[in-house]
Amino acid sequence: MVIGLNHYLILAALLFTIGVVGVLTRRNVLIIMMSVELMLNSANLTLIAFSHYLLNAVGQVFVFFSMTVAAAEVGIGLAIIVTIFRNTESLDIAKLNLLKN
Amino acid sequence: MQTIIFALLALVSLFSAIMVVTRKNPVFSILYLVLTFFCFAGFYVMLGATFLAAIQILVYAGAIMVLFLFVVMMLNLREPEELEGKNTLWQTMGAVVAIGFGLLVLAFLGRSPGAGVPNFQPGEEAYVMGGAKALGKLLFTEFVFPFEIAGVLLLAAVIGAVALAKRKRV
Repeated sequence: MVIGLNHYLILAALLFTIGVVGVLTRRNVLIIMMSVELMLNSANLTLIAFSHYLLNAVGQVFVFFSMTVAAAEVGIGLAIIVTIFRNTESLDIAKLNLLKN
Repeated sequence: MQTIIFALLALVSLFSAIMVVTRKNPVFSILYLVLTFFCFAGFYVMLGATFLAAIQILVYAGAIMVLFLFVVMMLNLREPEELEGKNTLWQTMGAVVAIGFGLLVLAFLGRSPGAGVPNFQPGEEAYVMGGAKALGKLLFTEFVFPFEIAGVLLLAAVIGAVALAKRKRV
């Protein structure tokens, strides 16, 4: 069996789904952030697979920028998490209900 | 040979991704996420994106995960068990929605194999394309403006992170 585009797409879809499960079910804000990273990476995998099988390098350039944005996002996100922890003494998103009602 | 490596990497990456979202202690989640990112780097090498594989290990498995680990150590959490209470309704509903989403994507992929892309195997040129030389040429000619903007974005992120995390003097 030769590995084709489909295998990569299905694998990326599965990994993305695991990330979605993590975001929707966990309450620890750090693990939610990690699940978001997982989703970003599976999208990157899709882009690189398409780039490989379509012989187009632009997909890889796109992944390069996506990684840059992910690095910026993690920096800001972790700073926000530190601020949340300082204000609520916890990482539980259920405690973040300041804007409720 | 390629099939075996792909199957192995796929199994390890799926396993460690599941471990990331199920561990109670964030430290274990982070370590499993590093394993997942190494698997992703392996896929990138298999797809000929050698430069991005190196960046993946340096930036993701190296810098970003160390940042996560640093934050976990800095926050000095007490027993992680107390954070996860009983499963609430929205958590169960979230899991159902997420798995439904996954089934939907898989059904779509099964319906249109490869999203209309002919399932051919690229030759040697696909492996030259992802090297540092070819990608660098593309980045500094056609995509030089987005490249500079990415630099400005990183600068803004650095300033924003410092401004957010700085302890306010009251």
